[in-house]
Amino acid sequence: MLIIGDKKFNSRLLLGTGKYPDFETQKEAVNVSDTEILTFSVRRMNVFEPSQPNFLEKLDLQKYSLLPNTAGAKTAEEAVRTAKLAKASGLCDMVKVEVIGCDKTLLPDPIETLRATEELVKEGFTVLPYTSDDVVLARKLEEVGAHAIMPGASPIGSGQGIINPLNLSVIIEQANVPVIVDAGIGSPADAAMAMEMGAEGVLLNTAVSGAKDPIKMAEAMKLAVISGRLGYEAGRIGKKRYATASSPMEGISV
Amino acid sequence: MNLLVNGKRIQVPATVKTITDVKNHFNITNPVVIVEHNGEILDKAKHPEKEVADGDKIELVQFVGGG
Repeated sequence: MLIIGDKKFNSRLLLGTGKYPDFETQKEAVNVSDTEILTFSVRRMNVFEPSQPNFLEKLDLQKYSLLPNTAGAKTAEEAVRTAKLAKASGLCDMVKVEVIGCDKTLLPDPIETLRATEELVKEGFTVLPYTSDDVVLARKLEEVGAHAIMPGASPIGSGQGIINPLNLSVIIEQANVPVIVDAGIGSPADAAMAMEMGAEGVLLNTAVSGAKDPIKMAEAMKLAVISGRLGYEAGRIGKKRYATASSPMEGISV
Repeated sequence: MNLLVNGKRIQVPATVKTITDVKNHFNITNPVVIVEHNGEILDKAKHPEKEVADGDKIELVQFVGGG
């Protein structure tokens, strides 16, 4: 069971809602993923053009916990404002702090992320900061009250998988709150690896929405996360340099 | 009456008196619309009673897909 603040979840897969080819595909992908937490963004309504369907109208919101992100914010103040806007919907009190500090790599601004996390914790939000895979920053985020730590596996949307497993493993080892690997996951193997390393969850978007068959990939990710978690709990064998026979060496009939 | 809505200066008829009237003016059907009025984020329950005045700055935001 994944526990974030005072909330409990059976699924350890958090799914983003951006960039699906169409609403029907998205709805079905969300459905088969068995996710319980959906991320989304807060943006101005396009009130000056004829209304377009909104993805939230297609989903049964009662079934999901909504995790708004603060994407678009470049300062802690902007992130706090976006979080407050989202909360005013009355639909959520969790927030994914996302303060981007570099337009090219979309890597987070560590200082503003820390400031925003501290402020939002004080305001009573359940706060899940998206962070770079910095060990010290992860610890400081926890110290200011983050309810989960969400280090990126690699840059957002890059699909490069876990490029610094050493840092990630230390972040997981030291954390007393859930570590959810966010961003950069490309394949089910990446998601399973994150879970095998002891992550409590995986948050991904493009890996599903950008797949050739997003619905099938949503199911693959669901199974990968379950499989990786089971493997972590089961405890893998150690790696050896040479072979160890699986079959008995005695009683060979020749 | 002139309002600054989502960064654009617009004119609305005199019948528009409250935030709910502004939402209706734009035929907003999305149940999730969040309103910031002159920098103050409003609880949904306040929309029908919150009055608007000439020159007010209003932000109408919604949830969109994102990761």
